[in-house]
Amino acid sequence: MSHQLRVNPIACRGHGVCAELLPEVIEMDPWGYPILRSAVIPPGLVPHARRAAAACPVLALMLERAQVRRP
Amino acid sequence: MTVTASPGPQAAGAALPRLLAGVGREVVLGLAEHEREYGTLWLRGPSGSRRPERLIDIVEAAGLTGRGGAGFPTGRKMRSVAGRGEAVVVANGAEGEPASAKDRMLLSYLPHLVLDGITLAADAVGATEAHLCVHRHEHDLIDGLAAAVAERRRAGLDPVPIQITGIPGRYVSSEQSSIVGYLNGGPAKPAFSPPRPHQSGVRGRPTLVNNVETLAHVALIARHGDRWFRSAGLPSAPGTMLVTVDGAVRWPGVYEIELGTGAGAVVALAGGPTEDLQALLIGGYFGAWLPAEVAWEAPLTQSGMRAAGGALGAGIVVALPGSSCGIAETARVMRYLADQGAGQCGPCLMGLPALAGAVADLAFQGGRGSAVDAIAALLPLIERRGACRHPDGATQLVRSAMRAFIADARWHDHCGPCDGVRHAPLLPIPGDGEEDRDWA
Repeated sequence: MSHQLRVNPIACRGHGVCAELLPEVIEMDPWGYPILRSAVIPPGLVPHARRAAAACPVLALMLERAQVRRP
Repeated sequence: MTVTASPGPQAAGAALPRLLAGVGREVVLGLAEHEREYGTLWLRGPSGSRRPERLIDIVEAAGLTGRGGAGFPTGRKMRSVAGRGEAVVVANGAEGEPASAKDRMLLSYLPHLVLDGITLAADAVGATEAHLCVHRHEHDLIDGLAAAVAERRRAGLDPVPIQITGIPGRYVSSEQSSIVGYLNGGPAKPAFSPPRPHQSGVRGRPTLVNNVETLAHVALIARHGDRWFRSAGLPSAPGTMLVTVDGAVRWPGVYEIELGTGAGAVVALAGGPTEDLQALLIGGYFGAWLPAEVAWEAPLTQSGMRAAGGALGAGIVVALPGSSCGIAETARVMRYLADQGAGQCGPCLMGLPALAGAVADLAFQGGRGSAVDAIAALLPLIERRGACRHPDGATQLVRSAMRAFIADARWHDHCGPCDGVRHAPLLPIPGDGEEDRDWA
């Protein structure tokens, strides 16, 4: 079971907490909004990703089980 | 642009026009004339025996795809809504593209074809509610549609009453989740998805959102069948579509073409170029510039346009003359698109004005040899980072401009603006006064 991160761009206000907690995956654009280098999170980073998602002040970062694509 | 009722000369092949068969007398087709021209509509066949879901099979077999821009298979969309309780049908007639006139033309001259399609779709998916959404500042259009709906009510034609709703005129307000949000009492702004409207739409019910041209095709498919529909167009992209042709052509207007017609043949249909052309804008402001020689033979289908580096969009073809500057045209459109965002997503809110500024600098100031690279660096910071397709549509347009006009762009960057920037603007940009600035 792999995990993936998703940003709700409408909710995100660019607080930048996620990029501090998960620099391996998240970098900031010039305006302070997160860019995901990869949506899929390696198993070793899942606890960190979970912490980053929980720390977002507006809950705009979501850690989800990777969904099997339905036709 | 102005709406012209000109089916015009049509290409050989299947008997065209189909949708536009009733246009040409410059009058709105009333119910009686509509039935005389297109035939009577039988919801369940003359015997009343047909299952309503049967229409979905026929639409699927016809291979009809959405004509609003996204090109999603209509039958599959209908099936995703059907059989899941009381559904809602929303006909999207709020033509957001300033360069498109086809939906307005259909609704103005052939309202009953669209209304037939709404009633058929509502019957097929088991809807108990149906909306026809148009821009709320189009008062004459709304009055005309209300009269057509009343005429049908007197004739007992629409088992599910069709409600006409005026929505705000912003560019992103005609996106399907914006319309659903507005019908739910919120602002007409795109929503974060999933859930998508077919899963949870108007008041949480499964909601079918279709472009009005798509529904007009459904009205003809219900009358003539899937094989008839497929007798025009290509096996992989069947049927006809409406295109809006504008720019340096003799007769700008709305034309009906078979899918797969070359862009050059569409320009010829509109009377041919009025001067040498350098490029065509295909698909509208979320579409792409293609050099004239690339576009000329490229077939107007979703896959044909993608293969040529463009997008079919809502079927817009604008001919750019050699005397115009494609960078300046793109800069004006970008300024408009940056202003038309919903202001919800950071990368779009911050990125589009930055990109619009960079393109405007290149167009009207020139650069110091680094402006082209600066634009290229901004694009990936914006792409695929919004809740809707607004930022991606805008970056696609800029990327295509940087490909089609790269020689001109390098000239601007190193030597300053070309003579073409003084050419009168070609692409229509709605003025600040005429469009509606509110969301709610």
